Amino acid sequence: MSTRLATGGRLIDRGARVEFTFNGKRLSGYAGDTLASAMLGAGQTLMGRSFKYHRPRGVVASGAEEPNALMGIGTDGHFEPNQRATTQELFPGLTARSQNHWPSLEFDVGGINKHLSRFLPAGFYYKMFIHPRPFWKHVYEPFIRQSAGLGAAPRDRDADTYEHYYAHVDVLIAGGGIAGLAAALAAGRAGAKVLLVEQAGHWGGRAPVDGAVIDGKPAEAWIKDAVQTLEDMDNVDLRLRCMAAGVYDHGYALCYERLTDHLADKAGPRHRLWRVRAGRIVTATGAIERPLSFAGNDIPGVMLASAVRDYVVNWAVSPGDRTVVVTNNDDAYRTAIALKKAGLEVPAVIDARAAPEGPLVEEVKSLGVKVLSGKAIAKVKGRKFVTGVAIAAQAGEGAVLEEIACDAVAVSGGWSPVVHLWSHCGGKLTWDEAQAAFRPNPDKGPTGADGAVFVIPAGAANGEMATSSVLSDAHAAGAKAAGADAGDAPTAEVTAEGPIAPVWMMPQGAKPELRAKAWLDYQNDVKVSDVQLAAREGFESVEHAKRYTTLGMATDQGKLSNINGLATLAHALGEDIPQVGTTTFRPPYTPISMGSIAGEARGALFQPLRRSPLHGWHEANGADFEPVGHWRRPYTFKRGDESREQSVAREINNTRQGLGLLDASTLGKIIVKGPDAGRFMDMLYTNMMSTLAPGKCRYGLMCSENGFLMDDGVVARLDEDTFLCHTTSGGADRVHAHMEEWLQTEWWDWKVYTANLTEQYAQIAVVGPKARKVLEKLGGMDLSAETLPFMGWATGTLAGIPARVFRISFSGELSFEVAVAAGQGLALWEALMEAGQEFGVMPYGTEALHVMRAEKGFIMIGDETEGTVIPQDLGLSWAISKKKDDYIGKRGQEREFLASPDRWKLVGLQTLDGSVLPEGAYAVAEGTNANGQRNTQGRVTSTYHSPTLDRGIAMGLVKDGPDRMGEVLTFPRVDGTGVEARIVSPVFFDPEGEKQNV
Amino acid sequence: MSEVVSALHGRRTEGSVAVRDTGPRGMIQVRGDLGAEALQSVCREVAGSGFPGQGGAEVSDQGAVLWMSPDEVLVLTARDRAAEGVTRIGAALAGTHHLAVDVSDARAVIALEGAGLREVLARLTPANMHPEAFRPGQMRRTRLAQVAAGIWLTSETSAELICFRSVADYVFDLLANAAASPAVGHLPVA
Repeated sequence: MSTRLATGGRLIDRGARVEFTFNGKRLSGYAGDTLASAMLGAGQTLMGRSFKYHRPRGVVASGAEEPNALMGIGTDGHFEPNQRATTQELFPGLTARSQNHWPSLEFDVGGINKHLSRFLPAGFYYKMFIHPRPFWKHVYEPFIRQSAGLGAAPRDRDADTYEHYYAHVDVLIAGGGIAGLAAALAAGRAGAKVLLVEQAGHWGGRAPVDGAVIDGKPAEAWIKDAVQTLEDMDNVDLRLRCMAAGVYDHGYALCYERLTDHLADKAGPRHRLWRVRAGRIVTATGAIERPLSFAGNDIPGVMLASAVRDYVVNWAVSPGDRTVVVTNNDDAYRTAIALKKAGLEVPAVIDARAAPEGPLVEEVKSLGVKVLSGKAIAKVKGRKFVTGVAIAAQAGEGAVLEEIACDAVAVSGGWSPVVHLWSHCGGKLTWDEAQAAFRPNPDKGPTGADGAVFVIPAGAANGEMATSSVLSDAHAAGAKAAGADAGDAPTAEVTAEGPIAPVWMMPQGAKPELRAKAWLDYQNDVKVSDVQLAAREGFESVEHAKRYTTLGMATDQGKLSNINGLATLAHALGEDIPQVGTTTFRPPYTPISMGSIAGEARGALFQPLRRSPLHGWHEANGADFEPVGHWRRPYTFKRGDESREQSVAREINNTRQGLGLLDASTLGKIIVKGPDAGRFMDMLYTNMMSTLAPGKCRYGLMCSENGFLMDDGVVARLDEDTFLCHTTSGGADRVHAHMEEWLQTEWWDWKVYTANLTEQYAQIAVVGPKARKVLEKLGGMDLSAETLPFMGWATGTLAGIPARVFRISFSGELSFEVAVAAGQGLALWEALMEAGQEFGVMPYGTEALHVMRAEKGFIMIGDETEGTVIPQDLGLSWAISKKKDDYIGKRGQEREFLASPDRWKLVGLQTLDGSVLPEGAYAVAEGTNANGQRNTQGRVTSTYHSPTLDRGIAMGLVKDGPDRMGEVLTFPRVDGTGVEARIVSPVFFDPEGEKQNV
Repeated sequence: MSEVVSALHGRRTEGSVAVRDTGPRGMIQVRGDLGAEALQSVCREVAGSGFPGQGGAEVSDQGAVLWMSPDEVLVLTARDRAAEGVTRIGAALAGTHHLAVDVSDARAVIALEGAGLREVLARLTPANMHPEAFRPGQMRRTRLAQVAAGIWLTSETSAELICFRSVADYVFDLLANAAASPAVGHLPVA
């Protein structure tokens, strides 16, 4: 049983008790505790259940690599699942819950799975649930999802805020251990702008725990001085609780700063995501200790040897009264020494090596600890906690030689440099036989824009394990990153260590029943036997074996398990470890919050909302908005209890019979000016635009290079050199970019300038039989049919506001579009509303606009077109100039498929019963196609109820449509019934155009 | 003539970094040969300021000329002088290939005031806001969160920026939100 020691604990403040709850139980720890150390200190060793077999699990590690102790932290809007107890700092009122258990942590029904484990081997799901197919979705998956899974998803909206921060530095240093500090001192002294980030809440890493002596001082004192020196440098920024999460191309890195996770007061942003551009990135990310693979290595009480001494030294927590140390290297002996110094019992050090020797071994022996060399743990005894270990010869199959009673096991299988950040952007690794570890290959680092390697590994992360070499390597890395000499490196006392013996299985010939209890991946419940099975079944690639067994695929991404897993795979395949290689390291290093990724982009700031100059009026007058690109446009202006349909019908009838106003400000307005403007316009549009006279307007079509119709709108010629192109609301930016691309890449020598003036103007469509009357009432311009005929434009002032008036119509009514400076748009709109009272003026929205244009048979980009439609399909051949040699899209339209007479063409569709055709419905034809589906001969592109005609009207594309007037087609509905519709002209209303020409 | 209203209707926030709508402003988009003396001098006259080099912002009490691209500058002046400015530029450049249009109403101008304004901006723009990298006299076209913007410093503790009119409220809200956050403490404070 774990407990708090009476004295010691370099990180805790015994004067500050901190209360928290775990699964509703009130516990207490000290300021400076992590949640894990506080729970261990309170005797709570059982912390969760495993993913697949629901086995009881305790904490294994003391940092970011922890696979087991995952908690749901916080409540309500502050709840977040899957938080590691080892990195969660304690604060008053912290609420933690264990995960993946039912009904309780102590008694878990799913734990029965562990008795089924021999029936749940690697690939079990793939093999078992493949047949019958429908069962997967409806039977297997819901059941598996209920029993599997880790934390619960939050139920409430996130109550915290988050932010991004862009930083540009010369040197980013990831990791604030002694390596990071030494690198920062070197780079900082050289004058570089340095950002030093450390994921934990304190500086110096594990050097103080390991008893390092630097520059003649205890590590603790050296760290304090180093931090003070760095804080005094203006060019160095130090950040605790800030993890370098990912390294990307061109020196880009993401750092994840946790601002309030360690505080009871949650005011202010919770996380800050640093988006860093760094000249060089130094990875001083240290190393992670590996477990050893022996039976029962997942029972609570089995911990990494380094974590055991961290808990003892940092937080004065004893993992147990009697701790057996098991190792294949000298470093674990430091744990035995730390335990003894704390007054705890170490019944034995079990060393897989035949003849361990060196100062650390001698010191342990001198403390009276028994060292069993050449031995292994055959298995750990106990269920929810360790009760003892059975010892066997490492060379054998697991025959038990003796049993030792204990309540904790400290295990060390050697150290793996943290090479994640080095690898994110393509840094390669090399296998270090002597250390039995992968380390960065200095010849194959990730290169930046300047062709040089931009990630520089330092210290243990570079495979330098001894304190002295950590410091010299990190100092050199810092100086190199800063591109300058930085004086002398710090020095450290050297403690000789004997060589490690690679041990990937304990004992090396372990019997099948032992291998089936030897865990590799604690979080995903992958055992040695699973990886061996995968190898036997032909999963030779490490990437395949990973996915088949799920090794390393949990939230910890296999920080403890990957090397052991691939060594096991290599052994099973009879290959060397470097031949098998590693799986791919991908960002983030440990999970970062979704909120930090979103930053400020939530609520009202989720997405930019574009407001027309009249938006405020619309909001105040009952507009029912719809999104059009990033704009919000009024769909209709509802009155009283009206339904949307009733409101739209009222607006249409009022406009056709009296006077309607439309906010057309969102229409794109692009100026094209220059001596070559006419020539350019002739290439942009299918029409002949260069012959348009100043003062006149022309409807034009714009195609992509492939010939497909991409935009349409009215072009006004302002003067000899200048055209004003109206585009669709959603198309303005795209069309402007299209123009600039052709001008800049193809016709760079043409004298043409463009300017996107979309937002300079408020544009108001004044529509209906009374349109001229209301404008005349405002006064200032002669808008008579003689002075301003259809498709003409004029400038002047209306109601005292400078205006450009276009006499164009998208509704078939007498219509004027009035453009004024955006800042005066509201004034004009209000003047029109007031002057229009006597004419029964009403604003109308986009739906009325759509219905009225459909009644007139006008096409709408995005309805009649969807990227595969050409103007010729839409009966718009009249708008394609036959006189021009070329226009963008002309060649494309000559291709066989687009020139084919068999293409579906635009017609009107009129239901026999007057109903409204379903959106997107297809007209069926005789027979079936190769897939057994009904043949089709057309489809609906626009369909509405026309209040003007009081029946359904539609447009559609139909094979040979224009030649089949009067024929009746059948359009099936989704309910199985069909609707019959007659092919008619697409112009349903006022085919002679008499209403607009008055 | 009715009064011109800016997109933000004079919105402002107070705080260690204040965010403020600067109200209607005359803005003229000028495209042409930026090396031509005629173009430079008429822009200087209309703005009452100098003419910038690449990436520059020449600002005076009356107006400014902001470098937008190798063939484009933005001339700032009083709102009621914009139309006249367009005419003057057109007259000065008659016969040469150019474009000069009034864009006063197409954009919003927002001011930031306060020693911490660089860190407010650095929450939103990927451009380098370090005092050594971005100084008064420079024009920076960039983005703020999800939309385009142009930023120039009017002093070490004040800046102005332009964005499109339709997203003025979005940009104002972004800045107000960023300004309300505690200081990051990364950049040296003026």
